[in-house]
Amino acid sequence: MELKGKVHRFGSDVNTDYIISGKYKFKTLDMNELAKHVMEDLDSDFYSKIEQGDFIVADSNFGCGSSREQAPLAIKYAGIGAVIATSFARIFYRNAINIGLPVIECDTSGIEAGDQLEVDLKKGVIRNLTKDQVIRVKPLPDVMIKILNDGGLVGHFRKYGTFNVE
Amino acid sequence: MGTGKTIVEKIIGAHAGKEVEAGDIVIAELDFMMGQDGTSPLAINALKEMEVEKLYDPWKVAMVIDHSAPSPLEGVSALHDMMRKFAKEQGVKLYDIGCGVCHQLMPEQGHVVPGNLVVGADSHTCTYGAINAFATGVGSTDLAAAMASGKLWFKVPETIKFVLKGKLPIGVFSKDVILFLIGQVTADGATYKAVEFTGPVIDDLSVEARFTISNMAIEMGGKAGLMEADEKTIRWVKEHSNKPFTPVKADPDAVYEKVLEYDLSDLVPQVAKPHTVDNVAPIDEVMGTPIQQAVLGTCTNGRLEDLRIAAAILKGKKVNPDVRFIVAPASKEIYLKAMNEGTIQTLVEAGAAVVTPGCGPCVGTHNGVPSDGENVISTANRNFKGRMGNGKAFIYLGSPATVAASAIEGKIADPRNYLTEGDSQWS
Ligand code: SF4
Repeated sequence: MELKGKVHRFGSDVNTDYIISGKYKFKTLDMNELAKHVMEDLDSDFYSKIEQGDFIVADSNFGCGSSREQAPLAIKYAGIGAVIATSFARIFYRNAINIGLPVIECDTSGIEAGDQLEVDLKKGVIRNLTKDQVIRVKPLPDVMIKILNDGGLVGHFRKYGTFNVE
Repeated sequence: MGTGKTIVEKIIGAHAGKEVEAGDIVIAELDFMMGQDGTSPLAINALKEMEVEKLYDPWKVAMVIDHSAPSPLEGVSALHDMMRKFAKEQGVKLYDIGCGVCHQLMPEQGHVVPGNLVVGADSHTCTYGAINAFATGVGSTDLAAAMASGKLWFKVPETIKFVLKGKLPIGVFSKDVILFLIGQVTADGATYKAVEFTGPVIDDLSVEARFTISNMAIEMGGKAGLMEADEKTIRWVKEHSNKPFTPVKADPDAVYEKVLEYDLSDLVPQVAKPHTVDNVAPIDEVMGTPIQQAVLGTCTNGRLEDLRIAAAILKGKKVNPDVRFIVAPASKEIYLKAMNEGTIQTLVEAGAAVVTPGCGPCVGTHNGVPSDGENVISTANRNFKGRMGNGKAFIYLGSPATVAASAIEGKIADPRNYLTEGDSQWS
């Protein structure tokens, strides 16, 4: 999978309440509606700045906090192509794979807002076109690759009716 | 290096049907699974998309309507309706509005016992580690897969062990302990790891007080917050469940990622300042900060013991007229007990507004959304910006005693000024 887009930069410990506030997520299952409020408490017009395929880049512990799957879903529906961070909170990471949002762990210290990136998930590399740098990516465990390849956990279960990852 | 196993390795291994060690990825059989009203609707949709008609075992599933209960909005009502219909169709146990917070109900109603492997579509599922279960939070699609197959895949985590020595002083509680530890290791100090809590401080605590500690393991990134089962645990579990169980102990030569020791004999009340849980300060540093709302409740501190501590402090006193004091008992059972023994009366006489057992104002959907610029002190587990429904409010976290003392003074206050030797049984 090849992805290309510009960077929206965030810091450490971006929690799920910032990604999508609890006050919205209980109201509806309409993800296009939820997507409009993504990251609202950190940047009130973030949604309007996103172009299809852009990246969210952050430092450590991205997605900490609640187990709400609406968090990766809101990011995906807002048009973000992948989230790239130094590290992720465990539940968010799993949820993202399960719903088919690519999440990439790597050293993000050299990536700045507005940089143009090209991501090759298969090869495990990110090319920072603005800075002319190549960043190595931490590979996903096999079970996650399998689930991502099936289009997420729903696709996986439709195909096999149960877990088929061993 | 030892070859012994941690509690986590033993529990996951027993459910995967083979020996496992940290780092292994396995599929394991689940004993129980839970969803709440913020996560179940998406799980129900995912099951439909997976084309699953019948759950693997409906007896192993419970759904709880607690986060927005009773419903404040039409949209929420529709989601609740969807859960009720699903539960009826599939024969799943549903705890409707007023029953309580999911994490109180799972152990209290006997669904979880020591040695169990449990998942819940809620991050604070780690609470049941206090009764020696490996319990962890998952998202809705994972819950759907679990309900469909009775299984889930896990990466066996490494364990960080906390050895807590000494004796807690009067006025210092399990909430202060866990806030202190999160301040020490920070919000991602245990990401991808399980955490184990041991030592004389844990031994001294009641099972109720231990839940508070395991509940907040996730606030340091922990996948689970485990404790061994002692006699107190076994008695407590037998009072609440008929399920057979075998407690699981770590081997003496178990391999830990890290062992951290603290002597807590001189610990003072702790407060987490806005807007992160690891922004922890000793009480002196924040004392005097004016507050407009005080909240007692949530899955962290809405248990009977918590209400009693607050009542002991508030008895014969009045909540400051500039403070709204909101109390949400964690379950109907707690509510009834607190009512029968007069604890609720004491709180209401002092000025409390008691709301439906459940999450109360914790997650900002209803029951007490603060106004712009207001300060709240709460017994909850999270103080993120916007957590209570308003990104322009400021949330401080403390023990039930700290919240009660602050409610009286209208500013963050030291509970030690309100407690004497006789109150020490609550530590
Ligand atoms: S009380 Fe708060 S933290 Fe606990 S389950 Fe409810 S919303 Fe989550």
